[in-house]
Amino acid sequence: MKMTGSGVNGMIGMEGGRVEESIGELRRTFRSGKTRSAAWRKAQLKALLQLLRDNENKIFEALKQDLGKHPVESYRDELGVVEKSVKYSLSHVDEWMAPKKSSLPLIFFPAKGQVLPEPLGLVLIFSSWNFPISMSLDPVIGAISAGNSVVLKPSEQAPACSSFLANTIPLYLDSKAFKVIEGGAEISQQLLQQKWDKIFFTGSPSVARIVMSAAVKHLTPVTIELGGKCPTIFDYLSSPSDTEVAVKRVVGGKWGPCNGQACIGVDYVLVEEKFASHLIEMLKKTIKKFYGENPKQLKDISRIVNKHHFQRLRNLLKDPLVAASIVHGGLIDEEKLFIEPTILLDPPLDAEIMTEEIFGPLLPIITLKNIEESIEFINSRPKPLALYAFTNDEAFKRRILSETSSGSVTFNDIMIQFICDTLPFGGVGQSGFGRYHGKYSFDTFSHEKAVLRRSFFLELEPRFPPWNDFKLKFIRLAYSFDYLGLILLLLGLKR
Amino acid sequence: MAEDSETKKVFDAEAAASLMKELRGTYASGKTRSYEWRVAQLKNLMKIVDDHEKDILDAIRADLSKPEQESYIAEISIIKSSCTRALGELNRWMKPEKVKTSITTFPSSAEIVSEPLGVVLIIGAWNFPLLLALDPAIGAIAAGNAVVLKPSELCPATSSLIAKLVGKYLDSSCIKVVEGAVAETSALLEQKWDKIFFTGSGRVGRIVMAAAAKHLTPVALELGGKCPVVVDSDINLPVAIRRIAGGKWASNNGQACIAPDYIITTKDFAPKLIDALKHELEAWYGKDPLESKDLAHIVNSNHFARLAKLLDDDKVSGKIIHGGQRDKANLKFAPTILLDVPEDSLVMNEEIFGPLLPILTVDKLEDSFDMITSRGKPLAAYLFTNNKKLKEKFVKTVSAGGLVINDTVLHFAEKTLPFGGVGESGMGSYHGKFSYEAFSHRKSVLYRGFAGDASARYPPYSDRKLKLLKALLSGSVVGVILALIGWS
Repeated sequence: MKMTGSGVNGMIGMEGGRVEESIGELRRTFRSGKTRSAAWRKAQLKALLQLLRDNENKIFEALKQDLGKHPVESYRDELGVVEKSVKYSLSHVDEWMAPKKSSLPLIFFPAKGQVLPEPLGLVLIFSSWNFPISMSLDPVIGAISAGNSVVLKPSEQAPACSSFLANTIPLYLDSKAFKVIEGGAEISQQLLQQKWDKIFFTGSPSVARIVMSAAVKHLTPVTIELGGKCPTIFDYLSSPSDTEVAVKRVVGGKWGPCNGQACIGVDYVLVEEKFASHLIEMLKKTIKKFYGENPKQLKDISRIVNKHHFQRLRNLLKDPLVAASIVHGGLIDEEKLFIEPTILLDPPLDAEIMTEEIFGPLLPIITLKNIEESIEFINSRPKPLALYAFTNDEAFKRRILSETSSGSVTFNDIMIQFICDTLPFGGVGQSGFGRYHGKYSFDTFSHEKAVLRRSFFLELEPRFPPWNDFKLKFIRLAYSFDYLGLILLLLGLKR
Repeated sequence: MAEDSETKKVFDAEAAASLMKELRGTYASGKTRSYEWRVAQLKNLMKIVDDHEKDILDAIRADLSKPEQESYIAEISIIKSSCTRALGELNRWMKPEKVKTSITTFPSSAEIVSEPLGVVLIIGAWNFPLLLALDPAIGAIAAGNAVVLKPSELCPATSSLIAKLVGKYLDSSCIKVVEGAVAETSALLEQKWDKIFFTGSGRVGRIVMAAAAKHLTPVALELGGKCPVVVDSDINLPVAIRRIAGGKWASNNGQACIAPDYIITTKDFAPKLIDALKHELEAWYGKDPLESKDLAHIVNSNHFARLAKLLDDDKVSGKIIHGGQRDKANLKFAPTILLDVPEDSLVMNEEIFGPLLPILTVDKLEDSFDMITSRGKPLAAYLFTNNKKLKEKFVKTVSAGGLVINDTVLHFAEKTLPFGGVGESGMGSYHGKFSYEAFSHRKSVLYRGFAGDASARYPPYSDRKLKLLKALLSGSVVGVILALIGWS
């Protein structure tokens, strides 16, 4: 696997002048109209699909190198998702590009209306380190289907993937319309000084603020995909087999995707006091089943991305009250950047582990007297990107839906909403704004231009001065869709 | 907001924080969520406009000296029709949208549920002071939010009337009006809103977006730009002239975000076009437009001075071919036509927002399309022609918030079309259902059962699991079956 000498803090990016030059070329390409045709867009998408098929092993290797992901995890969460997205976009892009007719009820001002999607122009996509392939390519698919020129800035904290993308994409996609620019904070700053027609950002709130503030200069619209503490409500399920499946899904949804380092991963669980110990026992059993008996040699689980995050997570456990609440796990190995899947029972609610997004393999279980209290618990905290609830109680489901707010809600499973192309994926409140996936990706990189076509025929319009009573009456009636009244007025029968 | 007429408290940061706290409490109580509450508010909003039409027209006339008919057409009737539409469609808008799911998530069902964003801030503009405060509010209320309205301080009579009537007719525990200028607006902007909807200039739009960025608050910015009108020669000239003149001078005397800013036409056609314009202007406003009661005034002396400066510019003063009369004391400015001003003149480099109409002539109309796109995408662009090819080229290459062929400004009244800008002209859109969506979060909901648990998702991982996942994610039923068979 070729690596182009990039360290976590390495600046293999370009100096300011070259950034401007590259972007200038992309703008010229966009202006030339090349990226507008359906044929060009489909050719790019097909090339992307080919890239994925040709480089499957390289992608697995890069993900293993950056995050220790097992190929099955990499396929399930990244490669497979992107392949699915490309194929979906390929089969729908013609439909999405077509103008949409609007119905026009202003009969006395006859016209034809339509909404025509057009590309925004030159877009900038910031990707994150935890799903470095899918967080890069999924938005790219949307940007290309919508006919834009694109700059992708992969996360420098996943350097092997960043390199892979920088080296491989130019071999498949039109490099006059698409560039990968690698680097860290400095390059990002330089990029943010340029004029973009859209910026798509996945990452943390603190960096998102920097991005949105920079976007102000050129009034660039942004989509911000953040995260949050995604709660999982675990109601009592009467069927033991349902409970078993539910526990598997929670374990799979916590430690499966990048070992807890996922924006829509399970952050913490809410359960009734009386079921807590049973739940914990089942979680422990399932963890052993999935990852092996020996906590020092766990298989099929990603590692913590780097020292900085390792230390951040370790610090969460330093608080003595938090440490005292550990009921499973807790083993850490600094050299291997390894933290064992750890379960905590009722850590203090004001500790950092319960006020900050964990983004790691620590799972607090919070007990409640009654599971319905979970609604208030969740509402007293910032809106998360995803909310999960395991329950068969239909009334409770309805309450959860109408009384809480989150990017999305999934009942009886974890994370799977992510692969549903018909559902918009995005946050609300502190979890971000804007959305993508499927057609929403196309829309997020498009401007929906309203077009109204009129003819010269039938100039029946008292819209203009000099004003008189007749004209005023006409307008009143026309705007209240009082067609009968209008006819009467015109016939001279209405006073 | 307690207002004591003797000791009017300054609306400062503390007041804003306490206002926000109050509204968050009311919103959390769930009061604004019910269909009944929303309908009641919308009905009462309708009443405001129905029962106080005269007060409203008086206030707008006091602030802008806008002819009554203009105020009626552009402000009152549009609010009425927006309310009517919202009331008629609200049920449909509030319904969850079912969506299809595929074999990849089988068995499952999914829907998208609309919910309000929470507590939202709407900042109105001065040129249509009632409309641009209340029209977005209709969307915000229909979507179930708690709302703070900040009407433009440049229209004090209207602002005060809005505060009074909203306080009287709408639920003031959830819908509030804060009056004021820069200080009050800044205090409001420091708070964390769930959405900010702003109509106004690009300069202030940037200030709003910068404040929103601190809290990562989504914003809708309805700005403006130089809306061009491209005029071909083979058209029904009398009709076209009326539509152009109407869009320009019958809309607040050019002080409108979608008013035609400048005209582009061929060198050959220009004289005919100018002649027709002059005649129409005289028919509408008489020989002395400053005496006409049908022409709105310039909003204040700052804007008056700004417009005067555009005309007094050396590069431009010699190009006036009609109009130019002004009355500083009464803020009256006559419709003024300029011919072939240089492209680097001030008047061609900022949004005019007034009664000056530059006409630029070119050899071929298509050449002008690039000129338009290079100036920053405007809120609207207009084309008058009967030439099908020209229409298609225009629609394809000119990017703007909205385009109208053979008319001006009318798309504003067409509520099934999204109204908003792109690039410099803004972000986000509204009107009709788009207003509702502008103030809503569309929440994805996926329902799964416990049957059909694909163990391929879970560790311990294996090559066989990889094969099954590939089949599952590809959505291929056959692939899934084969993988399962291969498994056992």
